[in-house]
Amino acid sequence: MSSQPVIASSMTALIAQTKMEIRLTMRRFEAVLITMIVPVVLLVFFGLIGLAPDDYARPIDFLLPSMLVLAVMSTGLVGLAIRTAYERSYGVLKRLGSTPLGRGNLLMAKINSVILVTIAQIAVLVGIATLGFGWRPEGSLLLAGIVLVIGTATFAGLGLLLAGVLRAETTLAAANSIYIFLLLFGGIIWPADRLPGGIAIVGELLPSSAFATALREILADGDTPVIPIVILSLWGIAGILIASRTFRWE
Amino acid sequence: MASTNSAAQSIKPNGIASQDQIRAATAVSTASAAVRITDLRKTYPGVNAVDGISFDINQGEIFALLGPNGAGKTTTLEILEGYRDRDAGSVNVLGFDPQSEPDRIKPLIGVMLQNGGIYPTVTPFELLDLLSNFYPDARKPEELLELVGLTDSASTRYRELSGGQQRRLALAAAIIGNPKLLFLDEPTSAMDPQARRVTWDLIEDQRRQGVTIILTTHFMEEAERLADRVAIIDHGKLLALEEPSALRRNGGSTVRFSGPDDIDSAELEQLTSAAAVLVAQSGQYVIDTEDPIALLDELTTWARARGILLDDLRAGHETLEDVFLRLTGHQIRE
Repeated sequence: MSSQPVIASSMTALIAQTKMEIRLTMRRFEAVLITMIVPVVLLVFFGLIGLAPDDYARPIDFLLPSMLVLAVMSTGLVGLAIRTAYERSYGVLKRLGSTPLGRGNLLMAKINSVILVTIAQIAVLVGIATLGFGWRPEGSLLLAGIVLVIGTATFAGLGLLLAGVLRAETTLAAANSIYIFLLLFGGIIWPADRLPGGIAIVGELLPSSAFATALREILADGDTPVIPIVILSLWGIAGILIASRTFRWE
Repeated sequence: MASTNSAAQSIKPNGIASQDQIRAATAVSTASAAVRITDLRKTYPGVNAVDGISFDINQGEIFALLGPNGAGKTTTLEILEGYRDRDAGSVNVLGFDPQSEPDRIKPLIGVMLQNGGIYPTVTPFELLDLLSNFYPDARKPEELLELVGLTDSASTRYRELSGGQQRRLALAAAIIGNPKLLFLDEPTSAMDPQARRVTWDLIEDQRRQGVTIILTTHFMEEAERLADRVAIIDHGKLLALEEPSALRRNGGSTVRFSGPDDIDSAELEQLTSAAAVLVAQSGQYVIDTEDPIALLDELTTWARARGILLDDLRAGHETLEDVFLRLTGHQIRE
């Protein structure tokens, strides 16, 4: 037998599983609420009242990167972690691992679904910012895209890290707590470097802060923010490495 | 009833079989073996989960693995499925080593887990449709829904199905890829008697199509009805391996009854024809004997003198349940 049919069927399996992952994401109402609706509502609300730190001439230059990070975080960290942890407790990961789909394709399908949902979120947020608030990028869209990919991989890795180690209920609590914590202290609602004293230093090292800072400097200032990109990448590498070593399938 | 394709692999269930006995009994030709396990070992911290097990599973047979909880059944199945690595020994499944060649085995096997393993919010059709994309030679979801009687529930979410319906979906999911080897971990738990009989028919139908089936069960009736051979394992060791009817015949005779739970078993042991007395569970007494007729006579005399009603009095060959109890010291349902 040639290896061709094996590759073809593995591709079919991956596509089918990716569709299932997206369907399951959309089927959880609370997940759709937190991933799709919260960032949009916050963008529109803060955009309309024009709230932003005073060195941003246009509030949308601050707000859009914030909400892009929030969207990635809610899909990659919160949504993926909770879904995966419950699937582990239901034995679904073990069961699918016994099919020809295999563990590698199962994780790949999850990452694919996160990427596709994230692309949809980015399209909605950028659309609202452009049409509703006259947002125009100053810097490289390609570089911003690369940072978005790194950020998505980072938060997906951190989500799988939580889901692969903690019990489902604990994952639920931990993922939501981290979400709120990063929203407040991780440079999303307010820049981490404007937080008081020591909190600022810690805040700037958080992945969401590095992610948001990188996007703001690229999109609003046309810079190439090396340090935030390095911090974000280190979080991503650490998260994925630890997740791949500690992930339990049941 | 069980077929008789495996007389060569009998082990006397009188007490614990030695490893040599087991090895001799399992040394048959490889040509007909779907699975061959030799001196398999797996240790978890502090526990020998599987402690030197050897046996073959013949092509096309239904092989039942019985043992108390924690005996090593699930670990053994997981090693065969390629889910778990072994510590020592050799394993051959359909010509492949599940540890180094799991991708060769997965398209050839079907797995039904003890506890679901199915997304709660997915419908039977969606699940089978998904799985049909994973196998090179998959059956149609509609055809399987019909086969297991879930056509009317095809778009009901898994968590809203009854326990029996959930098990039937898990069975359909296990056979969608036209497997050569089927792993069924407690296939009829949570089923009512009627659903259980329907499922037995489905399993026997798979055997008729030449599928080799390994199942674990808590129901002795299930093992007796379905299995060509039964292996009893405990503490990671193989205690007996034989056809169900032979297991019972070799086990000698018993007299059993139910009565008050405060009968002193020493009193029963003093009956002349009684060899040994087991209290299966509170108020259930099983007496081993060479001469069941003489024992019945003595027992009824004894009971009459004490005014004890011998409820459900039964004499004859050991049931599979008795064999299990004697070999493991446990009730099967513990």
